[in-house]
Amino acid sequence: MSVRLLIASVLAAVLSGGAAMAQSFAGLGSDAEGFAMPERGYVFDFPTDHGPHPDFRIEWWYLTANLTGEDGTAYGLQWTLFRSALAPEERAGWRSPQLWLGHAAITTPEAHYVAERRARGGIGQAGVIADPFEAWIDDWRMAGTDMKRMQLTATGPDFAYDMDLEATGPLIFHGEDGYSQKSSSGRASYYYSQPFFEISGTLTLPEGPVEVTGQAWLDREWASQPLGASQVSWDWFSMAFDSGDRLMGFTLRDSAGPDYTAATWIEPDGTTTAFPDGAFSAKPLTESQVAGREIPTRWRAFLPEKGVDVTVDAINPQAWMETSIPYWEGPVTLSGSHRGRGYLEMTGY
Amino acid sequence: MRLGLIALLSHWRRNPWQLVTLVAGLALATALWSGVQAINAEARASYDRAADVVSGGDLAQIRRADGAPIRTAEYVALRRLGWQVSPVLEGDFTGPYGRVQLIGIEPMTLPQRDQADGALQSPLQPDGTEPQGNVVSVHPDDVRVFEGKDVTLRVQSERVSGRALADIAVVQDLLDRPDQISRLLVDPVQPIGRPDLPSDYRLTQSSGETDVARLTASFHLNLTAFGLLSFAVGIFIVYGAVGLAFEQRRSVFRTLRALGLPLRSLMVLLAIELGVFALAAGALGVVLGYVIAATLLPDVAATLRGLYGADVAGQLQVRPAWWLSGLAMALAGTAVAGTAALFKLARLPLLSFNHPRAMSMHAGAAARWLAMLAMGLFAAGAVFALVGQGLFAGFALLACLLIGAAFCLPALLSAALRVVQRWHSGPLAEWFWADSRQQLPGLSMALMALLLAMAANIGVSTMVSSFRLTFTGYLDQRLSSELYLTASSPQQAAEIATFLEEEDAAVLPIVWQDLRIGGLPAEIYGIRDHVTYHDNWPLLGALPEVWDRLAAGEGALINEQLARRNGLQPGDDLETGDRVLGVYSDYGNSAGQVVISLAAFQERYPDVRIQRFGVRTSEPEAIGAALRNRFDLEPDALINQADLKALSLAVFERTFAVTAALNLLTLSVAALALLIGLLTLANLRLPQLAPVWALGLTRRHLAVLELLRALCLAAVTGLLAVPLGLALAWVLLAIVNVEAFGWRLPMFLFPVDYLKLGGLTLVAAFIAAAWPALRLSRTPPDRLLRVFSNER
Repeated sequence: MSVRLLIASVLAAVLSGGAAMAQSFAGLGSDAEGFAMPERGYVFDFPTDHGPHPDFRIEWWYLTANLTGEDGTAYGLQWTLFRSALAPEERAGWRSPQLWLGHAAITTPEAHYVAERRARGGIGQAGVIADPFEAWIDDWRMAGTDMKRMQLTATGPDFAYDMDLEATGPLIFHGEDGYSQKSSSGRASYYYSQPFFEISGTLTLPEGPVEVTGQAWLDREWASQPLGASQVSWDWFSMAFDSGDRLMGFTLRDSAGPDYTAATWIEPDGTTTAFPDGAFSAKPLTESQVAGREIPTRWRAFLPEKGVDVTVDAINPQAWMETSIPYWEGPVTLSGSHRGRGYLEMTGY
Repeated sequence: MRLGLIALLSHWRRNPWQLVTLVAGLALATALWSGVQAINAEARASYDRAADVVSGGDLAQIRRADGAPIRTAEYVALRRLGWQVSPVLEGDFTGPYGRVQLIGIEPMTLPQRDQADGALQSPLQPDGTEPQGNVVSVHPDDVRVFEGKDVTLRVQSERVSGRALADIAVVQDLLDRPDQISRLLVDPVQPIGRPDLPSDYRLTQSSGETDVARLTASFHLNLTAFGLLSFAVGIFIVYGAVGLAFEQRRSVFRTLRALGLPLRSLMVLLAIELGVFALAAGALGVVLGYVIAATLLPDVAATLRGLYGADVAGQLQVRPAWWLSGLAMALAGTAVAGTAALFKLARLPLLSFNHPRAMSMHAGAAARWLAMLAMGLFAAGAVFALVGQGLFAGFALLACLLIGAAFCLPALLSAALRVVQRWHSGPLAEWFWADSRQQLPGLSMALMALLLAMAANIGVSTMVSSFRLTFTGYLDQRLSSELYLTASSPQQAAEIATFLEEEDAAVLPIVWQDLRIGGLPAEIYGIRDHVTYHDNWPLLGALPEVWDRLAAGEGALINEQLARRNGLQPGDDLETGDRVLGVYSDYGNSAGQVVISLAAFQERYPDVRIQRFGVRTSEPEAIGAALRNRFDLEPDALINQADLKALSLAVFERTFAVTAALNLLTLSVAALALLIGLLTLANLRLPQLAPVWALGLTRRHLAVLELLRALCLAAVTGLLAVPLGLALAWVLLAIVNVEAFGWRLPMFLFPVDYLKLGGLTLVAAFIAAAWPALRLSRTPPDRLLRVFSNER
């Protein structure tokens, strides 16, 4: 491998440290000298905490949505803004050490449209303001007077969308009141979500515009060194059941030891139950050939304490994010003990 | 086997000069080939380097319409509209020990194609932290410029010397130009629904005026044609050299075979011997080629820099591509030549004699066969010319024409000699011509090489000279104003115009706008009606009263490229809604061009302000000085047309130097081939010369006749080379150039040059024939006598 390629790949890996949310090689497991670290017992302060935390190494605003067209076709939508810091501070102008990365996608049963944007901080090309809330990179925006009602836009070379979001429930906090442990050795991040968005708007696809409605889920997470060095990949599930209950669960696979899992059960009123390592589990059922690799696109997920035993099926197995650092992210349908829809993210394949 | 090898090699020990010719022939052919390859490879590598972010390569670019720098906030505003652009800031950086052009890029947004460069310049360390200090990538030559400066240098030999690359933040600080951006590179991938570019900015399409790569391709085409020709010449000389080595050892082979060495072993031995020679001579040739290239490269580099602004480093690097191709060429040439020789050897009767008449008859059949092959090649060439399209067809036609012509040569020469023979009576004359014809087969390879070398000379120098005449003529026409001026703002432009009119100078505004016609980039210009244009513009075809109609806004002039591309003629309608009034030639430009009257232009594009103009004046020096004194002009804002022309001419002179040197080399190689051919024959011909000597002709007389014969053959070959060379030039100018660049160069003839070349060829033939003739005149009589006593 040429040195150039090596450097380029490391650059890409670091840039999208948030994207994959998990690969240790992407910098998430590296040392965080000088950066702030999450602490137990942190009291969130809103709306300030909707904004960026430049003294932490990585952070993201991550929205996924399950949509339905007027003809009943299922669609998936993604809008993500990542922040990755080279130094724990912000400086005005081109010398800013804050780098920003945006990913947007629309998934249909037949196709998967992806776009990526890159920017550096300090000059206003990308950023997040807490109040009134605005997160943007180039012409992509997620903004509103507060986080309850927002507009969401993105464009790519072959697609665009223009959506309205309205929250119908409260924010929920994962782990111990938003302190989300990521390994048995105690690495962690701050992690809260808004899983109760109603979403509607227009998707612009090569075939033409499509009016859609559905539900969206926003994840907010920031940390400096959330993963252990040997935690190589991550499978993340968000599920919205027809019962109105919701479930977030993830498996962090460790090359040097047992996997680490965690889950949050969310009732329709926003009451949460956090489950420790081992309570949630998922096993791959069927693999698909995606972008030259074997990717499990059909899973069975369990949370016995809530009677969950569901089969997770990708709406489009080819939902591959061909970005600086590639990963799989797409809408899924749920069947078995519970029925519903959700999103699946897989990195490290 | 070992003894056989010793016996074979002993031949070289006894005839060291033969070894020298064989090796020299192979080495020279390889040298010519690899030299041209080296220059090409080097120049191309240089563009590849230069075409990185530095020039934006083939990316479209955005600048402010008023020429002012772009502010960071403007860049951000464009990004937030959805425009996928990346900023570049460039400027001269002067250190204590010299100066470089410093280029600042933004790695995060740099279009993907250039990501590798971006990664090198990224604000990140490989470990994902921020680099300490200001990182600048420089060529090793430029390290001293930054001595004593607070920068961290990344020295990279693949950078272009004189150009340093750094992050835009670093460059803004080093140049002390905070908040400034020179231009924006436009990513080829843009989102849907992106709004139009605000009118403050001007978008230059990628293949517009600055497309260096496409223009320099023209020069490369010339070099490639030369490479092709030198390859052909080289193959012939290798063939000759190997043929000589076989011919002269016939008796050794016979003896070895008679002593019981199996044919297979003999052939293996010879193949090994040839392979070793090819490798050794090839290596020598590559070294020689390097010397040739190193000598010529500064001129080539200067040519390209001057002609097209393309930066070619004047330094040669040893590249595997061309030295491998040089060795491969030597091996392949030897293999081709050796196969024929080995084939002959395999059919050699164990106890054969030299049967001149039989050889000649056999050669006659071979010549007919070659001529038929040549006809086939000509037919294929005609098919390529009529049916084929694109550059490949042009080159295929060229190859068919050249090789076909070379294959025709033996038959043509033989026919010519037969005709001459009929005119002459008298025993000596008849013997002379008959003997010449009999010698022809042995010399035909060398003569083919000579033919190709001369044709190449004529063809390439006709092309280059035509190019020069056309181009300087074009400069005279198109650069008809004495001064060219670029103001720093439309306000300044207006002030300068007022000043110039007071000084009694005519001001010809130059305004243009990029657009697309037929989906391809084009430019539209507005010009003021002025006698300068009437007198000078090179119109290829036009409606009557074209200038009056243009001034009245009745239509447009278009350039030849646009006319050819869209099949337009005067009287047709353009998709801009203008009627085509005339077509003008526009060399060296790949984009389409439309010219309308200034009034019509300003009505159509009210936002485009005049900032450049030509100035007609009888006192360019004085006016130029006055302008510089009075206005705050950028260093390169004022161009004196005379300087520009002088520069272009100087560039052509250098091109000629390169062409002349290559010509001379090709010719010397061909002369060497002739020498080898004559030497091969010299020994074989003793049995034929001895009877003539015995009949009373002195050795001196015989030698003179030999010399005369060589000159005659060279002269006939030279005569045949003229039409071939002109055909070659025509194909290059009228077919290859049109296919490659969309414009046709008119062809000019240079008879005096051809005469000079003819003289040079005769001199070369004379020198090649002199040594064998001298040897003949000094042949001891007893050797001639022995022919009779040895009569077998």
